[in-house]
Amino acid sequence: MDKSYYNPRDLKKFGSITEWSEELGNKFFEYYGKVFEEGALTPREKSLIALAVAHTEQCPYCIDAYSQDGLQRGITKEEMMEAIHVGAAIKSGATLVHGVQMMNKVNKLEM
Amino acid sequence: MATKSLQKRESELASTQRQVEILSNGIFQSGELPTFANKIKETNQFPLKPKKVEILQINVGYMCNQVCSHCHVDAGPDRKEIMTRETMQQCLDVIEKTGAHTLDLTGGAPEMNPHFRWFVEEASKIGVKDFIVRSNLTIIRANKKYYDLPEFFKKHNVHVVSSMPHWTRGKTDKQRGDGVFDKSIKALQELNAVGYGMPDSDLRLDLVYNPSGAFLPGDQAAMEKDFKKALLEDFNIQFHNLFAITNLPISRFLDYLIASENYEDYMYSLVEAFNPGAVANVMCTNTISVSWDGWLYDCDFNQMLDLKVASKVKHISEYNEELLNNRNIIISQHCYGCTAGAGSSCQGTVA
Ligand code: SF4
Ligand code: SF4
Repeated sequence: MDKSYYNPRDLKKFGSITEWSEELGNKFFEYYGKVFEEGALTPREKSLIALAVAHTEQCPYCIDAYSQDGLQRGITKEEMMEAIHVGAAIKSGATLVHGVQMMNKVNKLEM
Repeated sequence: MATKSLQKRESELASTQRQVEILSNGIFQSGELPTFANKIKETNQFPLKPKKVEILQINVGYMCNQVCSHCHVDAGPDRKEIMTRETMQQCLDVIEKTGAHTLDLTGGAPEMNPHFRWFVEEASKIGVKDFIVRSNLTIIRANKKYYDLPEFFKKHNVHVVSSMPHWTRGKTDKQRGDGVFDKSIKALQELNAVGYGMPDSDLRLDLVYNPSGAFLPGDQAAMEKDFKKALLEDFNIQFHNLFAITNLPISRFLDYLIASENYEDYMYSLVEAFNPGAVANVMCTNTISVSWDGWLYDCDFNQMLDLKVASKVKHISEYNEELLNNRNIIISQHCYGCTAGAGSSCQGTVA
């Protein structure tokens, strides 16, 4: 068994998930491919969204993949960092906005 | 950023033999990755054979005003290999009788060869269909004696192909050196001013994009769109086409890959991106590359690895297209750079 939970080389084996469930695996990859095609959004915009979500999900595979994807598309470091800040802002905003729920609860319980 | 060539630094990688060894050993020797020969055997494309010669690519010398970190030529101001007028004359004799429709002058900075202008004048008299000069742009601003190059190119109807790694200063200067971006922008504006690169102009101006790091180029059409938009909006610059070229793992780029511990991962990405559909049109199938001292190679990359053509005819002085067309092309693992994704050549993608 590997000593670490994550191995960078495993990303290249992603496709092998179809081996244990072919139909679902294939459907997923087909969907995934379609999502990143040019649509109302450009592949470049999609790549930046993917990078931001990769960070909020804290998935090391996705972070590797979309950092590289961004470079290949000529996306600059500044653009990548700003995208991550958008993710971070939503993450922290999502945490803090629940503060209202806390306040509601406290206000209701307190005399 | 280094300011000297590998050769001047007496780096181990200045030895072409050492580079060929590195490309044959390690992950390729252990079988972790298939060699290029084995890979193209899978699709019955081995041995790689040339079609007819369409492009004569002449390297007039390794001297350059820049020392780009990705340079596969290991060019720089300290390189003294320069084509003599005698060898140029031999090239002209060949240009006259070849069926090739394209003449492609490269370097180094070809303009630094003292016989460059004479050679261009003579070659343009012969009248090849497409006469390319690969100009690094900054040379046009490097010294007063080069300021009139745009006019000179125009006069001889030269097709200018120039490198531009990004539309932002930071990425450009990191790959090509401080100040390169500003000078390149100025040079492009001057080329535009004499008519190069304008939408309906016959004066062709194309740009070459190489990734500035251990990753593959993105989609050529998408990159072209981004380059065009940014250069037009920010600097009012126009050009015709963008060629996205993959960096091949040789010379200074190989040195960078090894030093940054990216070599194996990079080779993995090249092999994974292998596209059998690109093999039939790799550059060596329609190009002959001539070195500053007149030797013949399958391509500029093989030239830099000193892998001469596998033919009885090995020198421009004994050029014979029929004999050359019978040769097998010499391949090694660097060839994976030409077959990754949409493929890569001096003319951009091939698949
Ligand atoms: S990449 Fe071109 S401009 Fe840069 S050092 Fe090499 S030959 Fe010169
Ligand atoms: S590196 Fe040269 S020999 Fe190899 S595939 Fe590319 S063009 Fe052909």
